Amino acid sequence: MTLVLLAALVWVGGWALNTWLTRGARARSRAVRTAVPLIFGATVLLCWELIVRGLNVPPAILPPPSRIGQTFVANLPLLWGDFVQTILKGAFSGLAIGVAAALVVAVLVDRFDVLRRGLLPVGSFMAALPIVGVAPIMVMWFGFGWQSKAAVVVLMVFFPMLVNTVAGLQDTTAMQRDLMRTYGAGYWPTLLKLRLPAALPFIFNGLKIAATLAMIGAIVAEFFGSPTQGIGFRISTSNGALQLDMVWSAILVGALAGSAVYGLITFLERWATFWHPSQRT
Amino acid sequence: MRRTVLPVLGVVLAILAFWYVAAIPMNIREVVTEAERAGASVWGGPATERQGRSAWALAVNNAPIALNGWSQERPRLPAPHQVAQELYQSTIGEEVFSRRGIVQKGEFSNRGLVYHAGVTLGATMVGFLIGAAAGVLLAVGIVHNRAMDMSVMPWAIISQTIPIVALAPMIIVVMNSVGVQGLLPKAVISAYLSFFPVVVGMVKGLRTPDQMQLDLMHTWSASTSERLWKLRLPASVPYLFASLKVAIAASLVGTIVGELPVQRGGLGARMLAGSYYGQTTQIWAALLMAAVLAAFLVWFMGWLERRTLRAMGVPA
Repeated sequence: MTLVLLAALVWVGGWALNTWLTRGARARSRAVRTAVPLIFGATVLLCWELIVRGLNVPPAILPPPSRIGQTFVANLPLLWGDFVQTILKGAFSGLAIGVAAALVVAVLVDRFDVLRRGLLPVGSFMAALPIVGVAPIMVMWFGFGWQSKAAVVVLMVFFPMLVNTVAGLQDTTAMQRDLMRTYGAGYWPTLLKLRLPAALPFIFNGLKIAATLAMIGAIVAEFFGSPTQGIGFRISTSNGALQLDMVWSAILVGALAGSAVYGLITFLERWATFWHPSQRT
Repeated sequence: MRRTVLPVLGVVLAILAFWYVAAIPMNIREVVTEAERAGASVWGGPATERQGRSAWALAVNNAPIALNGWSQERPRLPAPHQVAQELYQSTIGEEVFSRRGIVQKGEFSNRGLVYHAGVTLGATMVGFLIGAAAGVLLAVGIVHNRAMDMSVMPWAIISQTIPIVALAPMIIVVMNSVGVQGLLPKAVISAYLSFFPVVVGMVKGLRTPDQMQLDLMHTWSASTSERLWKLRLPASVPYLFASLKVAIAASLVGTIVGELPVQRGGLGARMLAGSYYGQTTQIWAALLMAAVLAAFLVWFMGWLERRTLRAMGVPA
């Protein structure tokens, strides 16, 4: 019981610290901006730990974070294998194929107006559908290996990427296009030098959405059948064995991979679209 | 109208045509094996030799029987009309003409898709409402409390980049083991998934009033709650609906994934059952039903958005 009281104290303390830090002009400094969310995260973890220990919650229901950390560190080679299987093989190959296909189709759609009017409504409709549902079918067709996961990912990322890229390709003003025409630029130079660069912010926006969808697709597809490796496989088998510390470790792998990919895309975006108003501070 | 309808129709027809063509090579091996068993002579030699041949070669050289691929019992890729038939059978056929259906028995048949879609829809709606309400509340808190803003917002944004759906099976099993069953565990997942998009969208929306408008409210000596009710909340409505559309699609996915581990009804359960028993047509029908459900939910949100904005006097 003392531990639970301690958790309440930690919560109040962390919150008071954050309130004090964010008051007045102090909040504008960079150090405070990074410290505040970290303090909040640490407070949550600490409270979780104390409450789970204080109330004696069985680890089969909610393991304390320290135990998850131990499991994570102790099983690093195993989890690395899962990471390679699910993220590198399944999600990334699918993401690459899906994004490349969407970019090519987007240029075609943009070129031919009939295609744009026909494909775009269908595309935005498909983008809202629960496409993860095709996972059982893809596993049936392409087997238990990473190929079926990549296929699911391709289908999931294609439409959001297509819709975003087409919107981006139309984001040039008549003035800019006229300028290109006065330079004597034809379709291809205009596409490569004006419209694709102008579409980049939209493309990166689509990439951010697609990256998350790719992880989801690759993990969920493993619930329908996988080799004895992979994040989804680890989650479903450890779940069946009530080894929840292992489940949480696998989710941690997914979370780390997701944030890393998101960070990478943001970095690339900053590098490639440095000219865009949203990137200039 | 005609400018969009015709091209869309063309694209849909092209997809259907592609689907029919693709069904031939996808199913040809089964078709040839079946024909051989029935005693017909087939091109391609014995079964072991056929393994090495490409599906297209088999289809072209066995042209007379190739079209049987559209009427297989358990096809690898069912033809569109087979899916449509299954969809009809498991909705209208099951409810109107079967002894288990609503006409004979007074309740939806548990073998029909309507029942399963209802289970999924119920959990989705409950979860969505909880998640959206919690999201709006948190957003209001974030806008009014700087400490909350700076501590919670970064995590809310990071949480959108991680595959949260992966938590679904764990939440289901854990809640099952403490005795919570049925609709609630699925609703928790879909609430969780719809929560963060609403928070992010609402915070953006509540912040849209600029300094000038806030100053104006100030000159009227409006209190914080009046500022919230009369300026911030109305200003945030377009943002709210944009994020609600994302959120409701996400909650549907969450519910379907949440139905995978526990086989107690719902479209997700139906898909997994179909995948276990090789009932491809059943998976496709469930998938189509999920698509219809998603389209309906997103459309409904759009309709609500148009109605609300019109009632608020925003030019469409």
